[in-house]
Amino acid sequence: MIGLGLFNYWVVIFLMMVGFYTLIARGNLVKKIIGLNIFQTSVFILYITMGKIAGGTAPIFVQGEQDVVYSNPVPHVLILTAIVVGVATSALGLSLVVRINEAFGTVEEDEIQDMAL
Amino acid sequence: MSHHLPVLLVVIPLVAAPLAALVNRPRVSWAIALGSAWWALYAAHALLRQVMADGPIHYALGDWAAPYGIEYVIDPTNAWVLLIVALMGAVVTPYALLSIERELSKDRIPLFYAAFILCLTGLLGIAITGDVFNVFVFLEISSLSAYALIALGPDRRALTAAYQYLIMGSVGATFIVIGIGLLYVMTGTLNMADLAEILPQLEANRTIPVAFTFLTVGITLKLALFPLHLWLPNAYTYAPSAVTAFIASTATKVAVYLLLRFFFTVFGAEFSFDVMQLDKVLMPLALVAILSMSLVAIYQDNVKRLLAYSSVAQIGYMVLGISFASVLGLTAGILHLFNHALMKGALFMAMGCVMYRVGSVRIESMNGLGRAMPWTMAAFVAGGLSLIGVPLTVGFISKWYLIQAALEQGLWPVAAVVLVGSLLAVVYIWKVVEVAYFRDVDPDAGITEAPLSLLIPTWALVVANFWFGIDASATVGVAQRAAELLLRVGS
Amino acid sequence: MDDRVILRVGAKILIPFILLFALYVQFHGDYGPGGGFQAGVIFAAGFILYALVYGLGTAKRALPPQAVYVCAALGVLIYAGVGFVTLGLGGEFLAYNVLAHDPEHGQEYGILFVELGVLITVFGSMVAFFYAFAGRRKIQT
Repeated sequence: MIGLGLFNYWVVIFLMMVGFYTLIARGNLVKKIIGLNIFQTSVFILYITMGKIAGGTAPIFVQGEQDVVYSNPVPHVLILTAIVVGVATSALGLSLVVRINEAFGTVEEDEIQDMAL
Repeated sequence: MSHHLPVLLVVIPLVAAPLAALVNRPRVSWAIALGSAWWALYAAHALLRQVMADGPIHYALGDWAAPYGIEYVIDPTNAWVLLIVALMGAVVTPYALLSIERELSKDRIPLFYAAFILCLTGLLGIAITGDVFNVFVFLEISSLSAYALIALGPDRRALTAAYQYLIMGSVGATFIVIGIGLLYVMTGTLNMADLAEILPQLEANRTIPVAFTFLTVGITLKLALFPLHLWLPNAYTYAPSAVTAFIASTATKVAVYLLLRFFFTVFGAEFSFDVMQLDKVLMPLALVAILSMSLVAIYQDNVKRLLAYSSVAQIGYMVLGISFASVLGLTAGILHLFNHALMKGALFMAMGCVMYRVGSVRIESMNGLGRAMPWTMAAFVAGGLSLIGVPLTVGFISKWYLIQAALEQGLWPVAAVVLVGSLLAVVYIWKVVEVAYFRDVDPDAGITEAPLSLLIPTWALVVANFWFGIDASATVGVAQRAAELLLRVGS
Repeated sequence: MDDRVILRVGAKILIPFILLFALYVQFHGDYGPGGGFQAGVIFAAGFILYALVYGLGTAKRALPPQAVYVCAALGVLIYAGVGFVTLGLGGEFLAYNVLAHDPEHGQEYGILFVELGVLITVFGSMVAFFYAFAGRRKIQT
């Protein structure tokens, strides 16, 4: 696993831009939430990549082993929290989309804007 | 007990929220919400007194000392914001009893109060914590419950308003997470005080300015600083009246507090203003916000929308005070946090009373309300006078300090803009006053005065407007101490 | 009815193992990837599989919606309850060290109970989402 270089970070940037573009440019409300999810996933990969230490193994303490290099467990904990937040946000967003669909009959942003004025 | 006050302030509302959701009787949920909001007010007040007397308070959660564990740190800036949030929670909850029963269907009311207390918990948590990732967690707690609260509004456009706020708010929160991640990878710590110590040694690095930028954009999105304010008018207009009164007075103020915390405590005033030239970005945006948003407010037909645009302009005032980066400027900004909460709280509550009796907040339906609902419109006029900045009201105190801060740095045009903003406020307040007092009320509509349980909280805020406008020594004292500590700690 | 036999029999065999695996993930969170949130989601996924194969009505008879809402609230109360117990025993909030006769066992008990709270809340929330979305009829436009 040594020698990945900056490949992970390129993946992060690619996903971030894909997610952000989908979020902004797509008019369908469900697609916006998908874009938001991809955007948040890229941030998770950023954190976990930062936590990996060259030559480090999984941060699980085993009794009796000495001189083991562990990867940093703190980003893993932070990302767990962020994933849960992302799940809650997506659930709330999708339930709003369901309600909007029932109230307006469509999930396309421009059609809703025409109706709402 | 008083040693554990910081954590109990946040935990007791947190526990009250699922309890309020479990009981199925609306009035019992309301009672639980009221109890936790009044507890929060008592605790926040006690903490403020303790901090002003003894100095900063530290509370290590789980007995893990900072920087390993999460720490709650309270200093005057913190305690001030906690008091604002708790005060607005304690005033809006009694108001919400009748207002929400009119605007929401009965089976949703327990869930409404659960979300309301969760929003209060989140806002209190943001203000009290000393760990940057904990800030993100509480920020999302308060934001998610705010999205749910806004979506409960009676108009179907409340759903699209909540959705738009959700998308923009989540983008802002994700930017904040990116900024926090970049800070963590460079320093290895998440504790604010620890970051403040380590960051000055790392300045020659390229990651820190990027982290700074991400944090700034994320926080200004939550703050609704022009041009990232697009979610605010819709969200405030279509939400239930009590929700607008609460969120307008607290959510953006806590975001301003976050700005202060990050710029002055974590990064330091020197880095933020000399290296990153933040004032050159914030000041023009604030000035444009004040002028353009006040202008847009004049053309609105929906009074809640008018007040929402006015809120964006007032946020411009707060950020203007911060961009001076002097003790006077920061005092003005921190003072305006409190004063604006009082003003807008009273104004939105008065509109809630109008909604309760009239059923609409469009300006055409407010004909002659000055005679039909005298106390409500008097409260509106009082809030409006405060917004304009008439002497003897709190608005005057904020504007006075802002102009002094501008003149201290020799920026005459900025002081002129502040005054022009007040003049524009006169125009849009007069628009409502003219319709209410100088037109005739529709006799068949049978409009009477709003009930007492709606009027008393509204007038409590109006009286506070005048009280702290006439005797501002307490508020100015806290704001000044907070400003001094922020500038000294940073530099 | 006939073509769903495979689904029904397959689900009947798999669901207990899914629930058991969820409990495995829950209790092994100390020693491997796992913990309350993951376990709660796997547990809920097992239950949702049951609802998908056997029908929403059967699932709602097995686990009434009111019980699900109680679960969602109960976990938060358990978590905060552990905090209050530590406050009562003289430590700071959520100071697990005071929960047992020595800090190591105290930490074990503390984490056990808070993860249990997380499991219950996440399970309740996920099933509540499912019940909220699954029962809606599509509008005819």
